[in-house]
Amino acid sequence: MLVFVIRRVLISIPVLVASTILTFIIVKMTGDPLTYLKTRQPIPPPSVIHQQEQRLWLDRSWPAQYWHWISNVVLHNDWGPPVLGHDNVRTDVFHALAVTGRLVACSVAIALILAVLTGVISAVKQYSMTDYTTTFIGFVFLSMPTFWFAILLKEWGGIKFNEATGTHTFSTIDEPSSWVNPGQLLGHVLLPTIVLGLVGYAAWSRFTRASMLEVLNSDYVRLARSKGLKPHTVLVKHALRTALIPLTTVCALDIAALLSGAIVTENVFQWRGMGYLFLTSLRNRDFNIMLGWLLVAATLVILFNLIADLLYGVLDPRIRHA
Amino acid sequence: MLETHDTVTEERTEAETGKPQVEREFTVKERGYWRMAGRRFLRHRAAVISLVVFILLVLFAFVGQRLWHYKWNGGFIDAQDINEAPSLKHPFGTDDKYDQMAEVMRGTQQSLKVAFMIAFFGTGAGAIWGVVSGFFGGVADSGLMRFADLILTIPPLALAAALAYQGGGKLWQIGIVLAAVSAPYVARVVRGVVLSLREREFIEAARALGATNVRIMFRHLLPNTTPVLIVNATLLIAAGILLETALSYVGFGIQPPDTSLGLLIVNAQGAVDTRPWLFYFPGIFIILIALTVNFIGDGLRDALDPRQTRERR
Repeated sequence: MLVFVIRRVLISIPVLVASTILTFIIVKMTGDPLTYLKTRQPIPPPSVIHQQEQRLWLDRSWPAQYWHWISNVVLHNDWGPPVLGHDNVRTDVFHALAVTGRLVACSVAIALILAVLTGVISAVKQYSMTDYTTTFIGFVFLSMPTFWFAILLKEWGGIKFNEATGTHTFSTIDEPSSWVNPGQLLGHVLLPTIVLGLVGYAAWSRFTRASMLEVLNSDYVRLARSKGLKPHTVLVKHALRTALIPLTTVCALDIAALLSGAIVTENVFQWRGMGYLFLTSLRNRDFNIMLGWLLVAATLVILFNLIADLLYGVLDPRIRHA
Repeated sequence: MLETHDTVTEERTEAETGKPQVEREFTVKERGYWRMAGRRFLRHRAAVISLVVFILLVLFAFVGQRLWHYKWNGGFIDAQDINEAPSLKHPFGTDDKYDQMAEVMRGTQQSLKVAFMIAFFGTGAGAIWGVVSGFFGGVADSGLMRFADLILTIPPLALAAALAYQGGGKLWQIGIVLAAVSAPYVARVVRGVVLSLREREFIEAARALGATNVRIMFRHLLPNTTPVLIVNATLLIAAGILLETALSYVGFGIQPPDTSLGLLIVNAQGAVDTRPWLFYFPGIFIILIALTVNFIGDGLRDALDPRQTRERR
């Protein structure tokens, strides 16, 4: 197992390095970061522009810029200066990650519980009315633009409820700061969580259903039934445990996607998480923030891929011993 | 009782059509793969309904726009009709300038165009990518697949936004970007199929007959991945349409003065209370497109890949 882990970690490193090169090229393709300065009226003197270029290393070649950036990140933990302002890029990115992480953690919990429940029920009662209804609802959520649903929930759920009760139960804008009391935190987190959770739920409940059906039709479940075990025991102890193995890996893979997929949801509820950070940095062509953001995103994807692989090994003995 | 009834009607129809009666007990019409798939598809009720709705949507977007006398970019609505709720004259209502049905038609058209581009370019590029990778194996395979993995490490919305930012929001650029983002997914799936196909006898036979690599890839391997390709294309289209609207929503998609369903929703998000029709219609149309495509995909999977469906159960 240890050899397996070490080998997987070692394989991930070149992928991460290649990923930083690719993201560097993509970020460079988004345009000149000093556009804001060069289009300013009246045009600032060339010395000012030159000074900025020197500060941001823009007067060097791309490989030199890349090397400067990556060596600073690795050796000095210095993620480079932002184009605008004097913030520390690294702390900015990690602060945003914390905000988004809270959102994703809550919605994954909701999505998983709902998905397993409905997935199992619709698999057990295949082709029943419940099955058709949950399948249809799942498809609708799968086909719904996240932001449309988010706006709908915000306007009709949150704001209407607040107006009706005269309270601020649901905070429809702003992320929670870390020292609010639990009630306030819930009000902040609830609506965005529902939005993001239902998107994950739609895919995962379909997956649970398919995986559960496969297991329910397998020989060993038939054996368990035929030797007279209670239906409940067969379902929970024999079928569900096996059916959830593939779900854990799919989940692990999707969590990384959700972290960045929260871009749209955060935008609706005006959270200053990963989505806000990326969109503003893209608009300002603030390349060091973009690079840092993409580095964190790629690392998370690779990390969760790794976790998915390892989880599979832990949960399924056939993989581990192979 | 039922059986006799069946045979009677059968006899009658055969007599009516005047077909020669050959050994009746074993006459089973030969059905090819696609014919059987068609029958299976027709049995999936939701998919068939979705197909009809989807065709109606295509007609609505492309033909409707020519028939409807309000245009998406040329206002000409009467002054007293501004910001009106839906009526016979303006079925989807109006905003302060335009007839909303014309706007929604235009948006639907844009979404469908993007969908077709993803289906064509994304699936096409991904198919070639996957076939080449799976067929040659070795260094070429690991190189191509690592590159796919690499693209998959970047969140699709971020990648699409960054790539589309320089483009200036032309429709074809966004289509190409979304196709590029979705190609690696296709490549992975196709490679998997090709890996198992290339060990089969018919490929060996083709090689023994002296077929070139290119011929084997494009005449023998690629056609056999069609079912997988079609099913994957529908999934990509549904995801791509939603990605396009999300891109419009965050401001890196299609730019005004042109419009799209995503943009319509963005412009209407402050008006959910006062002029809800501006918000609901574009949203409903996005859902309709994505939902029908998803259901058609589900039906196609049942039809083309019977291994994982109710046919066996």
